[in-house]
Amino acid sequence: MNPQLLHATRRDFLTTSASGLGGLALAHLLARDGALGATSDGFHHFAPKAKRCIFIFMAGAPSQLDLFDYKPKLNELNGKKMDPALLAKMRFAFLQKESATLMGTKRQFAQHGDSGMWFSDLLPHLATCADDLCMVKSLHTSQFNHHPGQLMMQCGDPHFGLPSMGSWMTYGLGSENDNLPGYVVLTAGRGSSGGATLYQSGFLPSSYAGVRFRNGEEPVLNLRSPAGISPGVQRRGLDALRELNALANEQAHDPEIASRIAAYELAFRMQSAAPQLNDLSHESPKTLEAYGVERSDPKNGGRGKGSSNKTWATFARNCLLARRMAERGVRFVNLIHASWDHHSNLDPELEFNAGMSDQPIAALIKDLKDRGLLDETLVVWGSEFGRTPLGENRPGRKGVTGRDHHPNAFTMFMAGGGVKGGLNYGETDDIGWEPARDPVHVNDFHATLLHLFGLDHLKLTYRHGGADKRLTSLTRESKVIHDWIA
Amino acid sequence: MKISIFPDKFKNPKVNLPRLIITHAGIPLLGLPCAAAAPVDFTRDVQPLLNNHCAECHGGVKQKGGLRLTNRRQALEGGKSGEALLVSGHPKASELFKRITHLDPDEQMPPKKRLKAAEIEIFRAWIERGAAWPEHWAYRTLEAIDPPTPTNSDWPRNEIDRFVLDRLRRASLTPSLQAPPHVLLRRLHLDLIGLPPTLAELSAFETAWQEDQEACLEATVDRLLASPHFGERWGRHWLDQARYADSDGYEKDNARPNAGVWRDWVIEAINADLPFDQFTIEQLAGDLLPDATPHQRLATAFHRQTLWNREGGVDAEEDRTKRVIDRVSTTTKTWLGLTLQCAQCHDHPYDPITQRDFYQVYAFFNNADEAGAKIPLGDGQQAVDVMKHNGKRKTYLFERGDFLQPDKAGGEVQANGIAFLHRLEAKEPTRLDLAHWLTSPANPLMARVTVNTVWTHLFGTGLSNTPENFGSEGNAPSHPALLAWLAHDFMTNGWSRKRLVKTIVLSHTYLQSSNHRPELVERDPDNRLLHRQNRKRVEAEIIRDLHLSVAGQIAHRIGGKSVFPPIPPDVAAQSYANSFKWKESSGPDRYRRGMYTFFKRTAPEPTLMTFDCPDSNISVTQRNVSNTPLMALTTLQNVVFHEAAQAFARHLLADATLGTDRERLNQAYRICLARKPSAEEQVILDQLLRDNQATYAKHPEEARKLAGKGAVESKAPTIAAWVATLRIITNLDEFVTSP
Repeated sequence: MNPQLLHATRRDFLTTSASGLGGLALAHLLARDGALGATSDGFHHFAPKAKRCIFIFMAGAPSQLDLFDYKPKLNELNGKKMDPALLAKMRFAFLQKESATLMGTKRQFAQHGDSGMWFSDLLPHLATCADDLCMVKSLHTSQFNHHPGQLMMQCGDPHFGLPSMGSWMTYGLGSENDNLPGYVVLTAGRGSSGGATLYQSGFLPSSYAGVRFRNGEEPVLNLRSPAGISPGVQRRGLDALRELNALANEQAHDPEIASRIAAYELAFRMQSAAPQLNDLSHESPKTLEAYGVERSDPKNGGRGKGSSNKTWATFARNCLLARRMAERGVRFVNLIHASWDHHSNLDPELEFNAGMSDQPIAALIKDLKDRGLLDETLVVWGSEFGRTPLGENRPGRKGVTGRDHHPNAFTMFMAGGGVKGGLNYGETDDIGWEPARDPVHVNDFHATLLHLFGLDHLKLTYRHGGADKRLTSLTRESKVIHDWIA
Repeated sequence: MKISIFPDKFKNPKVNLPRLIITHAGIPLLGLPCAAAAPVDFTRDVQPLLNNHCAECHGGVKQKGGLRLTNRRQALEGGKSGEALLVSGHPKASELFKRITHLDPDEQMPPKKRLKAAEIEIFRAWIERGAAWPEHWAYRTLEAIDPPTPTNSDWPRNEIDRFVLDRLRRASLTPSLQAPPHVLLRRLHLDLIGLPPTLAELSAFETAWQEDQEACLEATVDRLLASPHFGERWGRHWLDQARYADSDGYEKDNARPNAGVWRDWVIEAINADLPFDQFTIEQLAGDLLPDATPHQRLATAFHRQTLWNREGGVDAEEDRTKRVIDRVSTTTKTWLGLTLQCAQCHDHPYDPITQRDFYQVYAFFNNADEAGAKIPLGDGQQAVDVMKHNGKRKTYLFERGDFLQPDKAGGEVQANGIAFLHRLEAKEPTRLDLAHWLTSPANPLMARVTVNTVWTHLFGTGLSNTPENFGSEGNAPSHPALLAWLAHDFMTNGWSRKRLVKTIVLSHTYLQSSNHRPELVERDPDNRLLHRQNRKRVEAEIIRDLHLSVAGQIAHRIGGKSVFPPIPPDVAAQSYANSFKWKESSGPDRYRRGMYTFFKRTAPEPTLMTFDCPDSNISVTQRNVSNTPLMALTTLQNVVFHEAAQAFARHLLADATLGTDRERLNQAYRICLARKPSAEEQVILDQLLRDNQATYAKHPEEARKLAGKGAVESKAPTIAAWVATLRIITNLDEFVTSP
């Protein structure tokens, strides 16, 4: 039984375009349940390259200029004003245009791999993966505040009430695992601006919402049976429950009852599958060390750590869990960390966050590759926007030590899942202000993401409120970027 | 030359027009899957083709060649070419048909994408039969209608049934039998007050039913309508539409500690059966009423439920604009069933709504101020945020919807209604005039939309199953005449919500059995023709209420501050700003109804979300229903539900009137399902209980854990066996279903 399709009763079928994927998904469900004779082919719109996605979401907007987008010219212009014409139409969250000056980076940059990909000295591990990465430096978005920007990236639109990428993906493709949710969320450190709105299912049924995996003994909320309910008592109770529900259905003939029976069975299987997933005792010491699962936070930690002192360890563990989920066929893992919102103290804060994430992400990419999973697993690293080449001069703050929000140009990278490794895509101008070559709107990324999974962003639709909604904008023409695809 | 939908030879449209429309007026707008011989229907067959294939270039956004197909009048005006778009009865003389069948790719429409043969055939048949283009069903004026009079049937209990039976007969279907009395009692309880009947209520009902079924039903309905819980149940429906929450939303997501004061206004208004027109006027413009009372001003907090982005660095004017836009969208969706968002940037692609219309409505809310608009609370608490009039702001069209690009050259936009609907007569109108315009009997939409939403809550699906969209992209109602009749009846009988609910629930249509009829799966697959009632899984809050009720734990206090049932700390920490602590409630507040749970927008209480509660960031008319393993895990093991099972077991065992396990099981079933178990169920339950008793007799340590704190050691195995059994009964599908 496919967990993400459990809900798919006739109601969904009827509220969904019968020719769209909802119909196909339902046909698939019914086929698996034995209600239909034939299985349905043509689940995808095209041949898929990727089967699952690990989206590493660095909420708050990491500074691309101090990590990936090397701008020697910006260093030269450090402390100078910039062309007022470029500034005229810009809006900033905090920055005062009149007095702002350009701010170079204090990081050292070097090229890596056969592709000559640039990385700053904050990312020594990731730099060793250069030839597996598709580095995109010309992303742009329409939003410059966090929550709307995060919705734009996760849901394709800055408004509320819409499904996130992971919801669309599981709606379109279901899960490959019968015992785990198809869409899982992992968090480390403090919460994100968007909170739960970043992985709710919007107008799609809640069966497509991201399920938060937690640390500790109860990875899924309410997974543990109450004290005194042994697995045997649980099984016995569920057997009786199934029989009683089935008896009721002899009268009611309601597909919802069949669907509910299946949901209870899946819950029972999840009770053992989820703790197994969380149990790292069979991972080799070498693997644990590669991810940095045992690391402690440095003494003078950053704001991104939240209230715990285990942010580095938790993030590393989440990366390892993401691999274990990929192995088990979880369709979409949303690995969220906040905050990268460095309006001030950019250098020490970025050092903390980069130190936290560099090693585990590199380990994840290599581990997936070693296990032959990278080809079909798309790893994406990204955020809601980037940061300004101008230093932030917020009134009342001492000194200029950070950067403001910058929607015009920012960086994202991908690995595996059918994208080209060692690809440097897009360029910004000399100071990193705007894309100078191959601009990519956030929705173009979405269209391409779905394409890699064999889905046409124009056809993966859900009828809601009288319109066929989709992940990409209904009014803007989004394009699939074929240059990324291997 | 003006192009007419009619050719010169039908020179006099006054003669032809009505004839053509009348010819097709009797055709049902929506029926069973179209039989091969069924005549073409504009709404069902033609409109979707126009919307899907033509509207992109000849709709509200673009009018290529000067042609606009958003409604009949505009299509009549035709395009620049001067050719007759439609020649009634003559497809080959009609420009539309010529173009869709044209062999020259430069002339063919739609360009580069030839319509399918079946689609072309629909246009051909439609034009041949007169190209009727009736006014959209939802925009027709409401007037008194005589219900059909089906012969040879005593099935109809009231007018609703006459419409329904007539429609069923036309499809050669029969209605279902009336549901058994215990089903009716539970259905009425869950639908009207969201609480199960108590044992006393069940017994009284059974006695009364024996005496006089008719009187018993009506008395039950009257009792439930008079219950203060009616306002809670139906107030919660309204709160969904009002996108009500206890926090600001967005990154900071600060608490709104007094939000519940307005929630209580809603509950009280519904309990008092405040007429829906007055209910509307007070919420939209209570502050502008002459001698407005504090209560009426409080009502305007409807539009203070909007999110507020207090994230640092937000452009304050942009966020204010967003709130105004949200108020426009929420108002038009809630009271008119129209989706106006797209008209923020351009004319509506399918419906006759212009961008100017959007800003005319915007102008009302642009001058509704928030700053300093508060009313004080008596008992030393802070004040509640309400709305206040400010006549100073000018409204301009925003180019492409961008607040940074006001179209000042186009001139100030004056507040007004939506032009294609009835006129708003006032000079320099205010929000109060907008409210009067909405509640005017000349408005064809408000009453239709409202009764359809009420119907949705009572049947699980509306007569139109797109209750939030009554425009041309929404789905036409299964029973358009019934919807119009109900709307007119509602409007002309004091806009009484309680009267409307009573009329519906006392219809035979509502009282039917909800058992599916497998023989009709193909003929009426989605029960659109109402050949039975629908089984409805109850909403998130009600699931909690049911468990707490049967356990005897529920605290029935109405209203007050929102409460904080226990949640794990890591759930509260999902929120970025950590703007307040989730301070667990103690005492009876741990057992309040689900609707009183504090709703924090960025970190909502997980049980609510698991059961499809809306996230309260946008207005929602109809909730989703889904089945997930997380739901099973919640009601089986979440601490709230588990403690309820323990309390249930203790109460049952403490009842001295019950002498045997069989009696206890019967009683548990009556408490949970208002009936006794069948013989077959009895076998399964007896076995389960016996097995559990054996297990816990053998494992006293396990028994102690399961029985919970305070259980006498010697009784622990007995209690534990009952907890393990009762938690299965409260997880039955039937338990969480309005039957």
